[in-house]
Amino acid sequence: MSVAARPAAVPVPRETAIAPDRGRRARARRKTLGRALLYATAALLALFVLAPIYLITVTAFTPRDAVYDYPKRLIPESFSIETMRFFVTSTGVLGSLWNSVVVALISLVLSTLIGTPAGYALARYVFRGRDAFRLTILSTRAFPIVILSIPLAVSFIDWGIYDTVWSVALMHTALALPFTVLITGSIFVGVPRDLEEAAQTLGCSPAQAFVRVVLPLALPGLAAASIFTFVLSWNEVFAATILTLRERTLPALVLSSLAASPAPFRFAAAWFMLVPSLIIIFVIRRYLLGMWGRVSR
Amino acid sequence: MAEIRLDGVTKTFDRKVRAVDDVQLTIADREFMVLLGPSGCGKTTLMRMIAGLEYPDGGRIAIGGRDVTDLPPRRRDIAMVFQSYAVFPHLTVFENIAFGLRMRKMAKAEVARKVERAAVLVQLEPYLGRYSAQLSGGQRQRVAVARAIVMEPSVLLMDEPLSNLDALLRLTFRAELKKLVAELNTTTIYVTHDQIEALSLGDRVAVMREGRVVQHGTPMAVYDRPATSFVGSFIGSPPMNFLRGRVEGQNGDLRVRLGEHALAAPAALAGHAGREVLLGIRAENIEAETTVVPDAISARTEVVEPLGSHLLLTAVVGDQRLKLQTRTDFPAAPDAPLWLRPEPDKLRWYDPETSQEIAAG
Repeated sequence: MSVAARPAAVPVPRETAIAPDRGRRARARRKTLGRALLYATAALLALFVLAPIYLITVTAFTPRDAVYDYPKRLIPESFSIETMRFFVTSTGVLGSLWNSVVVALISLVLSTLIGTPAGYALARYVFRGRDAFRLTILSTRAFPIVILSIPLAVSFIDWGIYDTVWSVALMHTALALPFTVLITGSIFVGVPRDLEEAAQTLGCSPAQAFVRVVLPLALPGLAAASIFTFVLSWNEVFAATILTLRERTLPALVLSSLAASPAPFRFAAAWFMLVPSLIIIFVIRRYLLGMWGRVSR
Repeated sequence: MAEIRLDGVTKTFDRKVRAVDDVQLTIADREFMVLLGPSGCGKTTLMRMIAGLEYPDGGRIAIGGRDVTDLPPRRRDIAMVFQSYAVFPHLTVFENIAFGLRMRKMAKAEVARKVERAAVLVQLEPYLGRYSAQLSGGQRQRVAVARAIVMEPSVLLMDEPLSNLDALLRLTFRAELKKLVAELNTTTIYVTHDQIEALSLGDRVAVMREGRVVQHGTPMAVYDRPATSFVGSFIGSPPMNFLRGRVEGQNGDLRVRLGEHALAAPAALAGHAGREVLLGIRAENIEAETTVVPDAISARTEVVEPLGSHLLLTAVVGDQRLKLQTRTDFPAAPDAPLWLRPEPDKLRWYDPETSQEIAAG
């Protein structure tokens, strides 16, 4: 080995002469490798998310008997809306779907209306106990929903809104609020205060400055926050199960009938639960990333 | 008429920091007033109070004879250029400039006409359709200026509008800005920490320190007769030289001892006999010789810095240093002996304790 190594040391001067070139090539190779690794990881992550979605979708649209086939075929042989029709026409599904939408919309509106001003205050004003407020608001999420839901159910019965969309919507608003406040707060921090003040020197009242300058710039973020609430409400099952009996939201209905329902029903339900969230995030995505993508600060 | 009167204006932050301390200042109609001072001296806070973005703890602010202390910015008939420019990123250049006019509910045709005219004034016509992100720093600065002047305010406020530009652009814009403001003929307040900007732009300069206005006057007056040693060292490049000397002698023959040399002193220093005073002198007011001259201060050259138009020398007198300017053909060499003759009428005398001016000449 040592003998073989020695002759190799002879052409050293020539090697150093071409070393810069080799270094560049090595760096380029490392770069390519790094990029390949990055894409591979991204592809894996995407697969991790997409594979179940794909399987659920495929199964939801295959004939009912094919649902039980094993092993699963990756490419569906037959297409059928039979399974979906079975699910949609099942008792209570359409009603609870409607309930889910209404609950999610009410939660979205309420949490935006309540949370946005709070986020704005956190972002713009220094007041006593601001940091404590920030912490406390998050700690509300530390309460187990079970502990919250039962006294709430009692209160809602007292108020006469138990087993209505309002009880669930109020609960979901409460669940979403900490995030709405913190997310909108960080969005408003991102809108320079100078812009607001400039608007005020140009004839705006503080409210007009907010509407004309801050709001348009914060809109993508606010949209994201409210969509977040929508998805949270759409998927929330526990509080919805406790606070409703007949006026079920879709997740509550699916959960309560899950054990007793056949596989096609479950796949169809899963698909049904999945799609609105996907569509909304897909639609909002452009808004989230692109709209003021060229904003400079 | 838009004279600005500041009457005992005071602002304290966090209950302890006096950002602006009892400022008494009147800015005449159509005057270009520069607020000059180091960072943290309260100049921006003072301007923000005039704009209505900050509420004073004490004192009154009047614009054009109207007390505006309790009015919001939009009711003060002011316009402001922010240091960050604050160009609205979601609006085009045109809409940025039109913003204030639209708030006034001006007719569309009128808005377009005024925006066009303002854009021509600041050479922005080709960029009216662009967004802030598509503009250079200099162009953004122009948008900010156009947006302010299109309002035809009775007071124009500018907060370090040139500080975010690179050195070359700053020089060009300074001259442009001076021309523009002269044409507009509005009362203007301009905040800067750059003493050259202050001297070159202002009709009058108010020098601030620790929340107070320490001196105000025409740029030349402030430069030539600094009221305190602080003003002397803050304005001018290089700053004014300050040398310590002891006042000696009796009435009639008052002298200040500077190393081995005794300098004739004005009678006003009589009260300081036996004590130390500060002698202030600017670099360009000292004549230097390389040979012995009667009545000159003996010194030694320490550093020679050729600056193109002149030489900047650092000289040592006794144990004190001072800077002086000479012509480029002056035979200066490090460690060479030097004889200095300060121009007698440019000597300024300061009390080392209060730093106030005692006498001039």
